[in-house]
Amino acid sequence: MAAAGAVRTRAVVLSTSLGVLLVVGVVASAMLGQLAVSPAEVVGSVLRAVGIPNSWAPTDPIVESTLWVVRFPRIAMALTVGAALAVAGAVMQAIFGNPLAEPGVVGVSSGSALGAAIAIVLGVTAFGTGSLAIFAFLGGLGATLLVYFVSRANGRTEVVTLLLTGIAINAFAGAGLAFMLFVADSGSREQIVFWQLGSLNGSRWSEVVIVAVVGVIGTAIAVLLGKRYDLLALGERNARHLGVDVEHLRVGSIVLVALLTGVAVAFVGIIAFVGLVVPHVIRMAIGPSHRPLIVASAFGGGALLVFADLLARSVVPGADLPIGLLTSLVGGPFFFFLLFRQRRQSGGWA
Amino acid sequence: MSPYSSRVITAAEVGVDLDGVTVLDGVSLDVIPGEVLCLVGPNGAGKSTLLAVLSGERRPTRGTVAIGGRELGGIRHTELARLRSVLTQENSVSFPFRVSEVVAMGRAPWARTLEGRDDVRAVTEAMDATDIRHLATRRYTALSGGERARVSLARVLAQRAGTVFLDEPTASLDLRHQEDVMRIARGLAAEGRAVVVVVHDLSLASAYADRLALVAGGRLEAIGSPAEVLTEERIERVYGLPVELHLVGGRPVVVPTRGT
Repeated sequence: MAAAGAVRTRAVVLSTSLGVLLVVGVVASAMLGQLAVSPAEVVGSVLRAVGIPNSWAPTDPIVESTLWVVRFPRIAMALTVGAALAVAGAVMQAIFGNPLAEPGVVGVSSGSALGAAIAIVLGVTAFGTGSLAIFAFLGGLGATLLVYFVSRANGRTEVVTLLLTGIAINAFAGAGLAFMLFVADSGSREQIVFWQLGSLNGSRWSEVVIVAVVGVIGTAIAVLLGKRYDLLALGERNARHLGVDVEHLRVGSIVLVALLTGVAVAFVGIIAFVGLVVPHVIRMAIGPSHRPLIVASAFGGGALLVFADLLARSVVPGADLPIGLLTSLVGGPFFFFLLFRQRRQSGGWA
Repeated sequence: MSPYSSRVITAAEVGVDLDGVTVLDGVSLDVIPGEVLCLVGPNGAGKSTLLAVLSGERRPTRGTVAIGGRELGGIRHTELARLRSVLTQENSVSFPFRVSEVVAMGRAPWARTLEGRDDVRAVTEAMDATDIRHLATRRYTALSGGERARVSLARVLAQRAGTVFLDEPTASLDLRHQEDVMRIARGLAAEGRAVVVVVHDLSLASAYADRLALVAGGRLEAIGSPAEVLTEERIERVYGLPVELHLVGGRPVVVPTRGT
């Protein structure tokens, strides 16, 4: 059909431009910093690492270690966290039947942060590097379940109820975090503050691997469920009449959202609005069909965070701004815009 | 020979209690392929509940509903979606899908089956039948109520199930599109499908139904041909309103008795 063809063309154009943006962002991010690296050195170093000897590769071991110990893990973390958060946002919007649902806004991120803070204060190390991630996941899961069961009525979630639930959960998790700050020793306290602001500073490969594994598996599952998310847009009853096992889909998706959000929050803190802005912009570009939406959101989220992080560490010379601050600075007004648009369309806060 | 003839849905002594209140009781009827069955009755009589029970959406509190001898409750979601389609009164779509995409969602139960090859044709035919071809690339969320109703109907047609349940499909439609919908229902029956329609307009039901089931107070008041079911005495008793019947083309037309 003509419409389907047009959508495909737009999807191809979008993925190509996202791909180009991504590469540009990655290379630029690797170049910039206190130690300037040339683009040729960046490309050369990567090529050498994958086994292609070349003359571009840097000869200075300081450049090489700056790239591989500091910058590349940080970039990889930005990519994977951005992808995980954007996919979590898209899935959340699908099961809530509401384009304003987002892990940060409805409190899943703060639930995760509370979980992580508890792990730090209690000094939980039972599961190794993954301990924080597991606690963050549990906190996020609790928050998602709470929002879900409190704010849904007749298979849909009204904006007002969703946001009010979000306020309540954010307030509660905020109090919990404050309490954790109060009881923590100064070392843990610093770590918790870092969570609240969100930063990619000091990302390590071991952490990147955890986020990447969860992110890739989670995105793959979300893509597989994409067709069912489309049917869910028709309302719960209609989806069921079309053969969707709505109950299992919902529960599975909630776990998925908590996993993706929890693992992201565990290592970089709360980075809000990625899950709101990215799927929204993509939906405007290629329409709401969930399979392409989720794939494009993963790439778009990655690209967004790479650039946001680049901005965070270069906008004030010598200082590393918290990236969560930046995304909220942009995301907040965007959220306002969406809210007002939705209000105008539906003639109220429905 | 239609492929659906072994697909008779049989309800036996079906009853439904909601929050301790009996909303349906002792209903027995067959849904027969090749036939349009209209469910009529006053508001709150239990028509929609009966439709939900027959379509397998709601499990009856008492009695059984079976299709070709198999109880509906034991059939998986996907398989049920290939046996029957349901047009609900829920017409909102959460995201701005295009009309053609919404109609194509009706094909979801046939994904990864041989019938999946007919997807494009099923969608096109459904859109032609419901007169929405010109809306194909429009966003569903930008449509009027009547247009949405027709798109939803097209989605249900594209599902190509042996039994089709339509819950008040004419509710938000103008005169012409009401007639169109009922003609589509007749067409489905002519193809060998079973069609169950909830309608409020007795005359409309009478004009298009093979059989009428009059539901009142949660019980099956009468079932049979329009001429058998629709009598002045019965309608007045059930609806509490005196009416006159006129025969048009051999079928009763119901007109309330109005003071001059």
